[in-house]
Amino acid sequence: MEILLKSAPPPLKTKLDTLRTRSRRLETPTQSQPATLIEVFSSAPTDGAATGFTLASLGHITKPVLWIQDHLSRRECGQPYFQGLPYKDNDILYLEISRPKDALCAAEEGLRCHSLGAVITEIWGNPNVVDFTATKRLALRAEASRVPIWFLRHAAEADLSAARERWRLSSLPSHRHPYDMRAPGAEIWKAHLFRARWRPTGEWVASVEQGRLHLQYATEHNTHQLAINAL
Amino acid sequence: MKREDQLPDLAQRLSRQTAPHSIKERRILAVHLPEFAIERWQIWCARHASTLPEELPVALAVDTAHGPVVHATNRAAAIAGVRRHARIVDMRALCPELKVEYADTVGDEKLLENLTFWSRQWGPWSVADAPDGLFCDTSGVAHLHGGEDRLLRNVEERFSKIGFQTQLALAPTPGAAWALAHYGPVRSIATSANLMRMLAPLPVAALRLSPKTVTTLQRLGLKTIGALADVPRIALARRFRDHADPSDTPLHRLDLTLGRQADPLNAQADPIRFVTTENLTEPALDPAPYLPDLCQKLCVQLARSQHGVRRLRLSAYRTDGMVATSFLTTAQPSNNPEHLHSLLLGKLDHIDPGFGFDVLTLTAESTENLDIVQTRLDGNPDDGTELARLIDRLAARFGPNKLQRVALSGSHIPERAANWHPAPQRYASPLPSTQRRPIRIFAPPEEIRVLYAVPEGPPAKFIWRRVTHRVIRFAGPERVAPEWWHDRPGTRLRDYYHIETETGRRLWIYRNGLHGDGRGGEPSWFLHGVFA
Repeated sequence: MEILLKSAPPPLKTKLDTLRTRSRRLETPTQSQPATLIEVFSSAPTDGAATGFTLASLGHITKPVLWIQDHLSRRECGQPYFQGLPYKDNDILYLEISRPKDALCAAEEGLRCHSLGAVITEIWGNPNVVDFTATKRLALRAEASRVPIWFLRHAAEADLSAARERWRLSSLPSHRHPYDMRAPGAEIWKAHLFRARWRPTGEWVASVEQGRLHLQYATEHNTHQLAINAL
Repeated sequence: MKREDQLPDLAQRLSRQTAPHSIKERRILAVHLPEFAIERWQIWCARHASTLPEELPVALAVDTAHGPVVHATNRAAAIAGVRRHARIVDMRALCPELKVEYADTVGDEKLLENLTFWSRQWGPWSVADAPDGLFCDTSGVAHLHGGEDRLLRNVEERFSKIGFQTQLALAPTPGAAWALAHYGPVRSIATSANLMRMLAPLPVAALRLSPKTVTTLQRLGLKTIGALADVPRIALARRFRDHADPSDTPLHRLDLTLGRQADPLNAQADPIRFVTTENLTEPALDPAPYLPDLCQKLCVQLARSQHGVRRLRLSAYRTDGMVATSFLTTAQPSNNPEHLHSLLLGKLDHIDPGFGFDVLTLTAESTENLDIVQTRLDGNPDDGTELARLIDRLAARFGPNKLQRVALSGSHIPERAANWHPAPQRYASPLPSTQRRPIRIFAPPEEIRVLYAVPEGPPAKFIWRRVTHRVIRFAGPERVAPEWWHDRPGTRLRDYYHIETETGRRLWIYRNGLHGDGRGGEPSWFLHGVFA
């Protein structure tokens, strides 16, 4: 005589459950998503918000990071400065490239290496080589090798791209400094996610809290729309 | 028993002992380079086009416990009275226009090693005799050069062509060759028959004894090797039996020199050459199809002797007689054929095939020991190797100078504190600064035009890149003074401000100098970095 063991079917999902999972996904930072191609546009080339947002999203990475910068972005936006990075035990491999085509090739090479923590590529403008095919290839590679790749675009228009998430960053006046009334405090940015694959789009106020990126909905309280005259 | 066996003088009996047969067959060439250090330095100067005039006295110095001491002098300095092993300060007093450079003893050793291997053209075994000589076993070689005298002349000529003076000698034992090279006549040749006769007039220092022993012997009145050899053996043995170093006793040294005791040359084996060749049946224009096989064969050779290649050379021998070469360097020694193949594919543009080539060679020019070490049990690839391969690929593609890492620097000047340097290995990270630092930095800093200055703090309004910015908040000043030991006199200090403009941008600006510091006009303002 055979005994058939049957397990109970899972409980049906209620509308409250779906709402809960969706809201939880909104609050969790980008890190928990699978490693993929994420594009970050900066509102102005001299705005450090895009770089800060990228580094905050990556968090504390112990594995080496490949940072590729093309010639124009190096000249116009400056080089990354190691002393200013949030974590001092990073191992950054900085690659100086002159053409955007070489930057894409280098990014692909970097994605083939599984022991990298992330690849950050900075491209200036909208060169022809950065088209849908190229971004699709990079996204697929990143997902295959599980190495996240961040595309920082300076002075660029949001053309057609296969990036799984596309952000637009700009700086906001910072929080109050706890000890000095006149000094700039903790930095905050306005992060506008205008295209995303696995989450709904939106606009948030991004800040770094306890080493992690923290996204909040914009309110009067945290955006300091009032001009502060400190002098 | 014969009467000779009962001779009362034991020493006499021992001294009649004939030398072993082996020394009759050995011909050791000793080369002494008397001005090695200074000549090497002169060759280096000539190569870098920074030759000094001949009349200028030059001395090379080494650091000792008593301060810098003369290691080598050129001819002009020797004439002026500068002596070896004298203190530099004393020699400077003697010769005020003396030019002192620090000697590169490590480089000298390396060159001597290379010369030792180079001198294997005259004999299979050669060994360096630090610091400025070498031995070469040329037994049975003399007839190839038309006699021993011609051989010595050839050696002298070859060395002088590369710029070194030599003192040469050929003898049955290394000790005797050394003695004759240093103290004997020019290009002396000693056979086992006339060995004693040639060595007799030489001083006892030619036996390579320590200076203390030489002084002792001189005080005893034994100033030449002949005098020493005439002393009964047992007397010498008894006199020096309590000597601290038994290899430094005159009796032992005499036996080695005269061949009564064996003195082998411990020559290093020739470095292994890893070369694979592909002979094509007809000339080809594209080396790519032959590369996988070449890499495979080379890696098999490397793996057999547990070596990994650091520098690879691909040569294509063309039908018109020219050779097209391409070089490849790796960050870590590698004997993985796929990895080398993928790197070589990127280097094929450097090879110009001309009308075609019919021989392809792949040479491992520089190799290192690659012990097979298993670091993981789960079969996943080792992290360190993957990263090294990535560095190789990027360096092969874009050039080794493009891949950079942060270099350690103890400087407080921001652009020197953390700089990007081309480096395959990871440097120690720079020390974190106590102040907040920007996330991006401009090299060089960009000048900003002040519209509205205030007496204390950064300007209230300024123009940067044709955009007017109004400063809302600021933190500072942080004073960064110039490094007086590095910078030119007249470099101005900097007062850094961390500012925030009305649009929310956070920037790092500085004022170059103070008003009225006497190092220029009005201080100007620069923008150095951008904060997140």
